Amino acid sequence: MRPIEYASPRTKEQAVRLLASTWGETAVLAGGTDLLSLLKDDVIAPRRLVNIKEIEELRGIAFDPRKGLRLGALVTIEELLDDPRVRQHYSALAEAAEGIRSPQIRNMGTVGGDLCQRPRCWYFRAGFGLLARDAQGRSLVLHGDNRYHAILGNEGPAYFVSPSSLAPPLIAYEARLRLFGPGGTREMPVQAFFRIPQSEEEREHDLRPNEIVTEILIPPPRGEASATYEVRQREALDWPLATASVALQMDGDRVTAARIVMGHVAPIPWLSPEAAQTLVNKTITEDVAQAAGEAAVRRARSLGRNGYKIQLARVAVKRAILRAVQGGAR
Amino acid sequence: MDKQLITLRVNGEVHELAIPVHKTLLEVLREDLHLTGTKHGCELGECGTCTVLVDGQPVLSCLALAVEWQHRDIVTVEGLADGPRPHPLQQAFAELGAAQCGYCIPGTLLTAKALLDHNPRPTRQEIKEALSGNLCRCTGYIKIIEAVERAAQRMAAQTAFAESAAR
Repeated sequence: MRPIEYASPRTKEQAVRLLASTWGETAVLAGGTDLLSLLKDDVIAPRRLVNIKEIEELRGIAFDPRKGLRLGALVTIEELLDDPRVRQHYSALAEAAEGIRSPQIRNMGTVGGDLCQRPRCWYFRAGFGLLARDAQGRSLVLHGDNRYHAILGNEGPAYFVSPSSLAPPLIAYEARLRLFGPGGTREMPVQAFFRIPQSEEEREHDLRPNEIVTEILIPPPRGEASATYEVRQREALDWPLATASVALQMDGDRVTAARIVMGHVAPIPWLSPEAAQTLVNKTITEDVAQAAGEAAVRRARSLGRNGYKIQLARVAVKRAILRAVQGGAR
Repeated sequence: MDKQLITLRVNGEVHELAIPVHKTLLEVLREDLHLTGTKHGCELGECGTCTVLVDGQPVLSCLALAVEWQHRDIVTVEGLADGPRPHPLQQAFAELGAAQCGYCIPGTLLTAKALLDHNPRPTRQEIKEALSGNLCRCTGYIKIIEAVERAAQRMAAQTAFAESAAR
C-alpha cells in the first residue's frame, strides 16, 4: 500500500473538516474491509484516511416499539445479527446480515459501510472506472465478460450491480438514512441514497466527498411479514448473484400492501412496484408468488452472458415472498 | 515516509512502535514484532489465514491498519499456548493430523478458540459456520472439524473437573 496520512477524529464535526470537498483526495475508514482492498489494488489513492471508528455517537442499536430501530453507522454486521430485537421485528434485515460472509468480515464490516461499499464489477476493481469504458469511450462490459452485471436498470452507461446486502431490506422497510457534512445533517429515504451514475465524475451514492453516513432509522414494526432470499454460487465468502427482500402488510391472510426490492441485479437496489402490485388483495400461494417473480423481471434484459440472472431474480422474489408468509421458514 | 508512534497490546504484552500508518496489522505483527505465526494469504479478506483475535473476536489482520487497533487486546497464534503447554485445540490438531500443510492453521485455531470461548458445546454445523471464513487448500476440512470437536469435549471435561474440585 502507498504511504498515506491518517487522522482519527472524536467527533463528526472534526471528521467532516478533515475530509476534502472533492472525491479522491481523502477517504473514510470504518470497517475497512472494502477500503483496504481498494487501496491495495490501487483503485483509489487518497492522500489521507479519516478513521471514524472513534466517534462514539455513530455506535449503538436502539429500539422502541413506537419509534422503530436506530442503527448507528458503525454497528457491525455481527452486532446487528446478534440483536434479538432485529431478528424478531425485522427478519428480512437479519436474514440479509446472515448472508454477509465471512464471520471475520461480519466482525469488522459496518452497517454504514455495507451501504457505501463500492461495486464488485471486475472492470472497476481492475482500474477501468465505474463505467468501465475503453479509450474510445465504448463500454467494456457490453463487449466483455458481463456474467455478473446488471439485468435491470442496464440501459447504460452503468452496468455494475449494487453490492449492498442491507439496502434491499432497508428499502423494503422504508428506512431512512442520515448523513452529516459541513452544512449539517441531511436525511433521505435509503432508496434515494442510491443512484445510477451518468458520467465517470458521478458516484453510485448521493454522498458528497465530505459527508459521512451517521445513522439509519427504520420505522416501527407494523406486523409485516418480511424475508430476504439470496441466490449464491458459494455459501461462504462471496457476494450473492441475486437477492430479494420483501415486506408485506397483511390483513389476516390477505396482503394489503407490499414492498419488493431486489439486490445485485441493477446499479441500484431495485424496487419493483410492478411485482408488489400483483400481491395486493391476494392470499399468498405458490402461484401468486410465482406471478410476482414474473412481474419483477418483466423488464429485465440480458447483456449477453448474464441472462441466467433473470431466472435467479425471478426465483429469489418468489422464494422471499413464500418465506415471509411462512414466518421465516427455510 | 512519515512514521507514527503506536501502542499495541499483543498476547498480553504492550509494544510501543514507530510505524508508517499504511502498514497493515498483519505486516506489523510479522515484520515489526516478528510474530510470524500469522500468515499472509490472499491479502483481500477472502482466505482467513491472517485471522487474529481482537477483544476475543476473529478479524482479518490483512484488512486492518495497525494504527486502528491500538489499546485493544490482540491475540495471535503465539499467544494461544499456556507457557509450554499447548492449548487443547493445538493438542487436538496435532493428535488428529488436522494441521496438514499448516498454512491456514494459525487462523483456523484462533477462529476455533473464539467459537469455543462463546459456545463451549458447538454442533458440527456451528463449527462449519464459524470456520467458513478460513479456507484450507489441502481441503481436509473433516480433520479440522473433528479436532475442534475433540478439543471442545476435553475443554468441557476439564471445566467439569475443575468445578467438581472446587465444590
